[in-house]
Amino acid sequence: MATAIIRAEAPLFTGSEWDFPLIQRIYDACEKIAVGELGLEVYPNQIEVISAEQMLDAYSSTGMPLFYKHWSFGKQFVSNEMLYRKGLRGLAYELVINSDPCISYIMQENSATMQTLVIAHAAFGHNHFFRNNYAFRQWTDAEGILPYLDFARSFIAAYEERHGQQAVERVLDCAHALMHQGVHRHPRIRARDLAAEAAREAERERYRETIYDDLWRTLPTGPAAPLVQADERRRALNLPQENILYFLEKTGPRLKPWQREILRIVRLIAQYFYPQRQTKVMNEGCATWCHYRIMTRLHETGQLTDGAFLEFLQSHTNVVFQPHYDEPHFSGFNPYALGFGIMQDIARICTDPTDEDREWFPDFAGKGDVMGVLKDAWANYRDESFIAQFLSPRLIRHWRLFQVIDHESAAELEVAAIHDERGYRRIRRALARDYDLGRQEPDIQIVDVDLAGDRALVLEHVVGDGILLDPGDTRLVLQSLADLWGYEVRLIELDPRDRKQLKIHVLKPRADPA
Amino acid sequence: MHIIDRRLNPGGKSLVNRQRFLRRARSAIQQAVRGSLKDRSITDIDKEGQVAIPREGIGEPTLRRAARGGNRERIFPGNQDYLEGDRINRPQGGAGGGGSQAGEGDGEDSFRFVLSREEFLELFLDDLELPDLAKRRLTGEDSFILRRAGFTTAGSPANLSVPRTMQKAMSRRIALQRPSRAALEHIEAEIARLEALPLAERGRLEALREERARLIRRRALVAFIDPVDLRYRRFAPTPRPTAQAVMICLMDVSGSMTEHMKDLAKRFFALLHLFLTRSYRTVELVFIHHTDRAAEVDEDTFFHSTVTGGTLVSSALEEMLGVVAARYNPEDWNIYVAQASDGDNLPRDNEKTSSLLRDRILPQCQYYAYIEVSADLSPGLDGSGESDLWAAYEDVAAACPHFAMRKVRHRREIYPVLHELFRKRSMVEGAG
Repeated sequence: MATAIIRAEAPLFTGSEWDFPLIQRIYDACEKIAVGELGLEVYPNQIEVISAEQMLDAYSSTGMPLFYKHWSFGKQFVSNEMLYRKGLRGLAYELVINSDPCISYIMQENSATMQTLVIAHAAFGHNHFFRNNYAFRQWTDAEGILPYLDFARSFIAAYEERHGQQAVERVLDCAHALMHQGVHRHPRIRARDLAAEAAREAERERYRETIYDDLWRTLPTGPAAPLVQADERRRALNLPQENILYFLEKTGPRLKPWQREILRIVRLIAQYFYPQRQTKVMNEGCATWCHYRIMTRLHETGQLTDGAFLEFLQSHTNVVFQPHYDEPHFSGFNPYALGFGIMQDIARICTDPTDEDREWFPDFAGKGDVMGVLKDAWANYRDESFIAQFLSPRLIRHWRLFQVIDHESAAELEVAAIHDERGYRRIRRALARDYDLGRQEPDIQIVDVDLAGDRALVLEHVVGDGILLDPGDTRLVLQSLADLWGYEVRLIELDPRDRKQLKIHVLKPRADPA
Repeated sequence: MHIIDRRLNPGGKSLVNRQRFLRRARSAIQQAVRGSLKDRSITDIDKEGQVAIPREGIGEPTLRRAARGGNRERIFPGNQDYLEGDRINRPQGGAGGGGSQAGEGDGEDSFRFVLSREEFLELFLDDLELPDLAKRRLTGEDSFILRRAGFTTAGSPANLSVPRTMQKAMSRRIALQRPSRAALEHIEAEIARLEALPLAERGRLEALREERARLIRRRALVAFIDPVDLRYRRFAPTPRPTAQAVMICLMDVSGSMTEHMKDLAKRFFALLHLFLTRSYRTVELVFIHHTDRAAEVDEDTFFHSTVTGGTLVSSALEEMLGVVAARYNPEDWNIYVAQASDGDNLPRDNEKTSSLLRDRILPQCQYYAYIEVSADLSPGLDGSGESDLWAAYEDVAAACPHFAMRKVRHRREIYPVLHELFRKRSMVEGAG
C-alpha cells in the first residue's frame, strides 16, 4: 500500500492483559485503518465482553443472543460442552451478529492480541460484508432481527404456557425439519403502483400501434385450448411452490392460528440465515482478509509489538490451514482458507500480475486498485459466483486441486481434471457448483393439492445427478409434515429427463394426540 | 462504538434447553446410564460422567440427499501424482471419493455427552424408593441451621433492624418528652405573628421566646435516635434433626466364594450404598466377613482377603448384633443389612441362624436384603437345587415383609434385583 508509514511512538499494549480503555484504544486504531485506509463501510459497532460459559450458551442457540427454547439447542449444548470440557475443541474467539448496530462478542479469556484480532475480524471484516453484500441487503433486516427474535421467544413461550410444551414442540420439530425448504430463493416482485402500471400499459399500446398489420387478423385460429381444471386449481394456489413452510402456513387446512405463526417464525429465521449459508466462503474470507491487513498495518506502524504479531500469525495460520485430501484431519475445504486465498490472490493480481493473470483477468490485472476490486466482489457476489469468477490458475496449482468423478454405474472413480491447462476451467466450474446451494440441496416443490377432493399434498423431487433422498430422514420429515397438513402427503421422485417416477413416498397423518 | 460488559449477566441460558433435551431422550439416556454401570468402578459409580446414546431417537431429520448412490463429482486439494483419466478404486465405506460428507456425521452412530452427578443419580435411581421407615433424631455434629431468634443490642450493621430501632427510639422520645417539631413550629409561628404586631400588643413575646429556647435545648438534649435504641436481628444456631443410617455388609468369605461371586456381592453393596446416600445425609458402613468365625474388617480386607475355614452364618449375625449393641443404637439409627453368600452353611447352624434373624435382628433393622450369588453358569444348571440357607431363609421371608432375598448369577442382574427390591411401594404391594 502506498500510504507512508508513520511509526507510532509506543505500541498499543505490551503484555497479554487487557482492560476496557485498552479495548477502546485498540478499536480506534483498527477503525483508523479499516475506515480510513481501506475504506470499509460498517454498521455502528457494539462490542460485548462475555465469559467462556456464555460463549458456550450463545453457540448452542445459533449464535443469537436470544432465541426461543427448543430441545435441539440443548442437544447442541451438551455436545459442545463435552468437547470443550475435555479440551477437544476450543471455543471460537468471537461471534458476530448481523444486526444494526453490529454486535460482536469477545471472550474475557482472550489475550490483548486476540482481542485486537477479533475486533479487526468481526467488527470490521464481517460487519462490512453484512452491510454491503447484496444477499444480505436483499434478504435480511439488520435493524429488525433482535426485536423479532425477542417477539419470537415470548410468543413461543406464551403458547407453551397455553397449549403445553409438547404441542408446541411438535410444530417446531416439523418446522425445523423443513427449514431448508422454508426460504424464498428469489426476491418477490414488488407490487407496482397504479401510475407506473398505467404508464406501462400506454407504452405497450403505443408499441402495438407501431407494428399494427391487418394481415394478422386473417390468420386462421384453432379451437381455444380447453381450460384444464387442475391447471386452474394450481394457479389459484400459486403452485408449484418450493417454499414448503410458506405454503403450509398460508394454506394448511387444519392449522390453528398459533401454529401458523410458529411456522412463520421459523421460516423468517431460516430466511435470515439463508444469505449466510450462501456466502460462507466470502464472509469468512472477507473477515480474514481484513483482519490480516489491519493487523499487518498495525504492526508496520509500530502499534503491535513483534511478540504480539507473532502470536497473531500463529493463530492466523491455524485458521487458514488447508489440509490435503489424504491427511487425517481433512474434512472438505476450509472456507477461511479458500476465501482468504482467493482474496489475497486478487490483491496480487491487481498489483503484481503475471502474463497468465492478464489473460485470465483482463479487467483488473495490473490496474492496482485492490480495494476497488475486492469491495466490488464483496458487494456483488456469493460463494458460487465468486469462485467461478475469481479462482485463478495459480491458486489451482498452489492447492493442487483435482476433480474426481464418481458414477454409480462405473466400477472405479475417475480423475477427470487436474491442475493443468485443460483442467483449470473444469475445476473452477466444478468447485463453484459445490457451493451452489441450489445444486447441493434437493429440488423439492409442492406441485398439487386438491383442496376440494382428498386434499392430498403432492410434492415432487426432481432428482439431480441421480441422487435420491435419504430414505430414513425423508420418511420422518414427511410424517411430521403429514401430521401438520392433516391429510395424506405424497412425495414423488422424478427423473428430470423423462419425468419417470423413480420412487414414491406416501405418508398418512397419525392420529392427533391432542 | 459501545463496549458492554456482559460477564455478570446470569449464565445458564442453555439450562432449559438442556433439560428439554434430557427429557426428550430420557428413556435412551436411562438405558445408557444403567448400561454404563458395568464400565464404572465401584467408587466412582456416582461421579459425573460421559454417556453415549444412539442417535436415532434424537436425530433432527431434514429432506436431504442420500449419502450414497448417484453420480457425483468433487474437487479435492493436494493432488500428488494423479493424472487426468486415472482410475481409482472405490474406497470402502463411502468415505473419501464419492461419499460426500458421510465421513463426519454418519460415521459416529452414537451421541456422547456428559451428565452431572445429580442427573446421573436421578436417572439411575428413578422410580426407586426406600421403605418409609426412616427414624430421625437430633445429632450432635454439623446439623445446625441458623434461625431468627429475636433481637439483640449488639450486632453487625447488616443485621440492623430498622423498624425495631425506630420503635425503640420513638418510645424513648415519648418517655423523655422530647418536644415535637410541630410544637416548635407552632411557637415560631406565634412569635412571628406577635412580632408583626405593634409593640404594645406584644405582651407574651418574651415568654414565647424563652419557651422556644427551652424547646430547642430540649430537642438537642434528647436525641432523635440514640445508640441505646439500636436493635439487631439475632440468629441462633438450632440443631436440625438428621436421619442417619448404617449399612452393614455381611459376606461369606470361605473358600467356596469365588472371585466372581465376590464381585457380584461388591456390586450389589455398592449400588445399595449409592441408593442409601441419596436418602440419608450420612451413611456409615460396617463390613463383617465370616467363615466359621466372624470379624469386623475394613473395606479392603472385606473384598480382597481370603480366609479359610468352614461356614457358620450365625457367627456373622452375632458379630453384627455385637456391633449394633456397641455403636448403633436402633433407636437412633436406621439399620440396613445386606448379606451376600453362596448359600453354604453348616446344616446344624441353619436353625440357629433363622431364629437369630427372626427374633433379634429383624425387629431392629429397617431392611434386610439377602442375595445369593452363584457361579456364572447357564441358568438351568443350578436353578434346580435350593441351598440349605435359602430354604431356611424362605420361612423367615414369609413372616417378615422387610426381609428380602434374591438370587444373582450375573452382574447384569444386579441392577434389576435392586430395582425389584426397592420399587415404589405401591407397586410392590400390588405385585405381592
